[in-house]
Amino acid sequence: MSLTPEDVSRIALLSRIELSPAEREATREQLNGILGFIEQLQAVDTAGIEPMAHAVDVVQRLRPDVVTETDRRAEFQAVAPETEAGLYLVPKVIE
Amino acid sequence: MSQWEVVIGLETHAQLQTKSKIFSGSSIAFGAEPNLQANAVDIALPGVLPVLNREAVVCAIKFGLAIGASIAPRSVFARKNYFYPDLPKGYQISQFEIPVVQGGGLAIRVPQGDFLRGVGEQEKFVHLTRAHLEEDAGKSLHEDFHGRTGIDLNRAGTPLLEIVTEPDMRSSAEAVAYARALHALVQWIGICDGNMQEGSFRCDANVSVRPFGQKEFGTRREIKNLNSFRFMQQAIDYEVHWQINEIEEGRAIRQATVLFDPDTGETRAMRSKEDAHDYRYFPDPDLLPLEIDAAWIAEVKAGMPELPQAMQARFQADYGLSAYDAAIVTASRGMADYFVTAVAAAGTANAKTIANWIMGELAARLNRNDTSIEDSPIGATQLAGLVMRIADNTISNNIAKKVFEALWNGEGQSADEIIEKQGLKQITDTGAIDSIIAEVLAANPKSVEEYRAGKEKAFNALVGQAMKATKGKANPQQVNELLKKKLGG
Repeated sequence: MSLTPEDVSRIALLSRIELSPAEREATREQLNGILGFIEQLQAVDTAGIEPMAHAVDVVQRLRPDVVTETDRRAEFQAVAPETEAGLYLVPKVIE
Repeated sequence: MSQWEVVIGLETHAQLQTKSKIFSGSSIAFGAEPNLQANAVDIALPGVLPVLNREAVVCAIKFGLAIGASIAPRSVFARKNYFYPDLPKGYQISQFEIPVVQGGGLAIRVPQGDFLRGVGEQEKFVHLTRAHLEEDAGKSLHEDFHGRTGIDLNRAGTPLLEIVTEPDMRSSAEAVAYARALHALVQWIGICDGNMQEGSFRCDANVSVRPFGQKEFGTRREIKNLNSFRFMQQAIDYEVHWQINEIEEGRAIRQATVLFDPDTGETRAMRSKEDAHDYRYFPDPDLLPLEIDAAWIAEVKAGMPELPQAMQARFQADYGLSAYDAAIVTASRGMADYFVTAVAAAGTANAKTIANWIMGELAARLNRNDTSIEDSPIGATQLAGLVMRIADNTISNNIAKKVFEALWNGEGQSADEIIEKQGLKQITDTGAIDSIIAEVLAANPKSVEEYRAGKEKAFNALVGQAMKATKGKANPQQVNELLKKKLGG
């Protein structure tokens, strides 16, 4: 499988990354290289092997349902670009 | 319109009744000031890690058990990637390929014909595809912040169970019946408070139409965020009408997400499929597979309340209730608790009478005053006390209504107290009734003459007089018998 420049543009759009034509070409080559590795992996016979969802074969640890966090809004908002009335402000979103 | 078949599937987001968020220790209490309940994990600061809330998993297990689904021994959390300011990580943690709850279904009762007059109901089974755990996003406030949007992340990370049906429903009435049954069930098993105004229970409806007999589904449009049953009905009805009209005028339906506007009663496309999201799901490397073993499922099962359907069967078998009555008294957890408490107090012999009072007098009163049964001024044991006095002939049904009224108005703590205080005890003493009848006969010679001349009506008038003389406290049957004996003699 090989990506076209249009494929790369679409991935960039979905990722909200702006690419110059030169960057797009460089990215395309890198991604195709990665897909090459994946093709090698896919060539391995995995019949009868249970797929893993994680590289480490352990299970999820669970947390008791307890409220442990306290209000740290002032600290968090001190590093936010813009806030008002306790809200984080962002450029207008229109649906 | 009749050649079109309607096909509906529902996706419901039920907010789980935990104390803390699904992946962090922030509170999920409703109504806090903006961002006071949004910690480092919820606002996605770099380097933080999600840790799964055990109770959220317990809720999912309860739900799976309640709908007869299979509970995945191993399920996987995935990232659903999209950009929106109220989703600070740039992805929502959800489940994709292996959800925690798989299959199962819900039996529903669909009103038929003129349902306002309660003409009838039909049973139907709605199959569920899956239910999976996921986190909620934050809230965007589009009010005026100098042309900016305000973001409140208190809701971000709130645990949700997304419950997805098969496209099994064939009318808006069926969709609403399913949504109501699901709404009652999640509250019954205590996993969701069902508060639709606060967004704890919200539905999306996938709607399509096809000619009857066609195998393939038509193209569907998804109506988002239906937060009341009435709107659900209106929105689906409008959408179905719209789709049929489009097709009949030669326009193809394009897959889209639509919103319902309650003011106009119309649905309107939000974003079309062309720029639809490519969510690029993949397993979240921050979370390991969730394992649920049989012992855990058994432990959860042991702590679950009896389910409505099992209760209905029991009430029919043990108390002789009809299927309809059993369904009504188990329509909600509050209703069932009330009924069970009342029957425990009054004895199983009175179960049927109690059901009648709950469905009749009490339901009417609660409705009129827009009060829930949980807040009923007449408690279950008070109603039981009233029914017991009817059963032992202390009061007649008519007087019982008076006592009910007095209880409702708080004129006494118990039926016994009101009967005593207001002197409502039924007169069963034959001697006392005899002397009253004698007075009535003496005072109404004309009626007596008419009765003797063969006028049945005159007899009823005399009974009425006698009842009036006792202020309704005499046993009407007894009055009848004694009067007949006197006149016959």
